[in-house]
Amino acid sequence: MKNPDILTCFQCGTCHASCPSGKYTSLNIRKIVRDSVKKDVSDQPEIWMCTTCYDCQERCPRGIKVTDAVLALRSEAVKKGKILPVHRNVCNFLIETGQSIPLDDKHRDMRKKLGLRIDEASRKKAHKEVKALLGSTGFEELIKK
Amino acid sequence: MRKLSLFTGCLIPNRYPGIEKATMLVLERIGIKCSELKEAACCPAPGIYRSFDNITWLTLASRNLVLAEEKGTDILTICNGCFSSLMDANNILKTDAGLRNEVNAHLQKIGKEYRGTIEVRHIIEFLHTDIGVNKLGDAIEKPLEIRAAVHYGCHLLKPTRERKLGSAQFPVFFDELVETTGAKSVPYEGKTSCCGAGGGVRSAMLETSFKMTEYKLDRIQKAGVDCIIDACPFCHLQYDAGQIELEKSGKDYDIPVLHFTQLLGLALGFTPDELGLHLNEIVNLKFEEKIAQIQKWY
Ligand code: SF4
Ligand code: SF4
Repeated sequence: MKNPDILTCFQCGTCHASCPSGKYTSLNIRKIVRDSVKKDVSDQPEIWMCTTCYDCQERCPRGIKVTDAVLALRSEAVKKGKILPVHRNVCNFLIETGQSIPLDDKHRDMRKKLGLRIDEASRKKAHKEVKALLGSTGFEELIKK
Repeated sequence: MRKLSLFTGCLIPNRYPGIEKATMLVLERIGIKCSELKEAACCPAPGIYRSFDNITWLTLASRNLVLAEEKGTDILTICNGCFSSLMDANNILKTDAGLRNEVNAHLQKIGKEYRGTIEVRHIIEFLHTDIGVNKLGDAIEKPLEIRAAVHYGCHLLKPTRERKLGSAQFPVFFDELVETTGAKSVPYEGKTSCCGAGGGVRSAMLETSFKMTEYKLDRIQKAGVDCIIDACPFCHLQYDAGQIELEKSGKDYDIPVLHFTQLLGLALGFTPDELGLHLNEIVNLKFEEKIAQIQKWY
């Protein structure tokens, strides 16, 4: 990955020591940072184990935007069509409804009981515009890959 | 002070509508005018869309920002994810002319243009800064003598350079707000660490995400509290549904989880049912009894 920031990393490991996910998974963020300079890490499942908590980025003594780097690495993987099925589902919800977590019957009922209304016309218009934008940015194509 | 539009996002209206109800009730009661941001769509969720494609993330966020620009209001969020997406996108688009042009080229197709004229707020920092603990304290009718574990959530505080809300290691503003309700904010180990849900980890690796939740819940339980108070429906879901999930591995927490607006609602005299506490996975009757006692007392 072309990120001049990352070249200043001196492999101190502060990032990994701060990482809540690394305690339970094979994610070693120090290693990802190192590897990403030399090679393509799109296939490493670990890039998807980060909760984007920003602890590593906050604590890196070199001020490297570590979490932002993870996001960039993920984007590179996505461009190559490496998308986890569950994430693809969430994206499809957005394409199909304008929302990432659509309303189901159980929660429609809850809303009714609380006296909360749903502005269907407003949701429809939102969806139409979101869909147009997702087409325009090429996101729909990206997800189909 | 500019007027506010309430941005509820996806998770609150579609999974925890009690939080939406509580927000509307408390804002009205304390006299803050705030109308819903109509035609808003997904913020879009930072964990997935910001990871997937930066321009799509920015474009969708900008559409929501433009809706508020057209109304001439700031945006009030009640979710750390919405706050993070909308605030970060707003900051980026205000300062990066190249990205702004790129985004506007897309927005043009739906007849919109991003101008960069509004701010994005989170209800916790808004209440603390613009209303203040003294004024909020004056509005409290039923001081809640309970012990609370406050969970800020990562994206309310971090990245600190962008949020500008002070220390992420030793934050205080949310605790101060919680204590205006009469509750005691109880310190616990690992207080600022992640609930485990973010970054698409909850959807992709549920078990792993619950390991992080278990770490938090164990320490919260040890601190001996009546409830958990959060500022985000995603953390809320993780703690609430997570307790049920962890029961399968022999854990027994039974700790009610409340969004701050629900806690404030109780202190203003609304009943747990009015605030949708009964719609959580964890419904702790002992807690509700305690609240009923307190509310009757005053
Ligand atoms: S904390 Fe920063 S300098 Fe240290 S290993 Fe991690 S990225 Fe490199
Ligand atoms: S942002 Fe990701 S990699 Fe960094 S500490 Fe948090 S979970 Fe670990």
